[in-house]
Amino acid sequence: MGNPIKIIKNGIIDENPTFVQVIGMCPTLAVTSSAINGIGMGLSTAAVLICSNIFISLLRKVIPDKVRIPSFIVVIATFVTIIQFMLQAYLPALNDSLGLYIPLIVVNCIILGRAEGFASKNSPLDSAFDGIGNGLGFTIALAAIGLVREFIGSGTLFSYPVMPEAFPHTLLFVMAPGAFFTLGCMMALLNHLKNKKKSA
Amino acid sequence: MYLILLVLAGIFVNNYVLSQFLGICPFLGVSKKLETAVGMGVAVIFVIVLASAASYFVYNLILVPLNITYLYNIAFILVIAALVQFVEMFLKKSSPALYQALGVFLPLITTNCAVLGVAVVNMQNNYNFFEAILNGVGGAAGFALAIILFAGIRERIEYNDTPKAFDGFPLALVAAGLMSIAFLGFQGLIKL
Repeated sequence: MGNPIKIIKNGIIDENPTFVQVIGMCPTLAVTSSAINGIGMGLSTAAVLICSNIFISLLRKVIPDKVRIPSFIVVIATFVTIIQFMLQAYLPALNDSLGLYIPLIVVNCIILGRAEGFASKNSPLDSAFDGIGNGLGFTIALAAIGLVREFIGSGTLFSYPVMPEAFPHTLLFVMAPGAFFTLGCMMALLNHLKNKKKSA
Repeated sequence: MYLILLVLAGIFVNNYVLSQFLGICPFLGVSKKLETAVGMGVAVIFVIVLASAASYFVYNLILVPLNITYLYNIAFILVIAALVQFVEMFLKKSSPALYQALGVFLPLITTNCAVLGVAVVNMQNNYNFFEAILNGVGGAAGFALAIILFAGIRERIEYNDTPKAFDGFPLALVAAGLMSIAFLGFQGLIKL
């Protein structure tokens, strides 16, 4: 390892947390009722992920093996609390719409997974790039789901109306079931493309 | 009456899995077989109820008097992790049969966001001790109900001829979406 571009690309495409590893599903489904919320959640998670990756990598020789998971969780929870305060102070509107899901970043399996799988074995610089890659991969996935749901559900993109008045608002897509359908169909589409590529 | 409604609302109306998206990872991950889904459901009920009680005491007896409520997130996750570890050790010693059945699921529960979610919801709504416990019971029973029903559906899907691109997760997600629509039918049933 050591090639930053390779590490970042690995996080965004080859091991995309949402579409390939299928982890961190709770925020993926819960806050993607609009593109803005999806991006806000993605970037908050990415910020926590990058900070915790760097910090855990710095501490990787100090933390005893037996208590590593609780130690990781404390580090992650600290950064989540910091991010939560920053959102409350500078972006109160986003904080309100993400609500409960901000403290729940702690239990996002992506962050603990990267801490255990990458940061605890690699240098701080590599871990930072790994955090950027996975964080961006997560953000892109959330933004894509958010765009689709927002477009079908309310005919807007980033809250700007793009469809004529007569466009039927399929409210179901903004509500809970739409999240499941959108993600399911997007994954099926990616599978289909992958199968096609393999057979071609 | 209010307390009974609180439990029913947790199970049906505000189902943590299908309408609030908490605990989706185990919901999708451990629902391939009915048997394991039942095990996971029971283990989660156990832990959520204990965690509701423990986090209530930690919040009101430690964090509030010391004026450090802003540390709730760190405190709750530590309480839950410790609790899960403790339950695991206790079961191993006292009831090996139950440990055999639930053992594999217990470590997974630490990162089940439903557990932390219930603790945070209890705190944000200023529930008293009984309300907190009952909210935990309702939420956990709702999780168990959802995962057991979902496992039943997935066992049936397994033997059907489905489009290749939809194999595995995509189909499971669509099935979960249909279940979520069914649970929308309970909306408005109970107003708290």
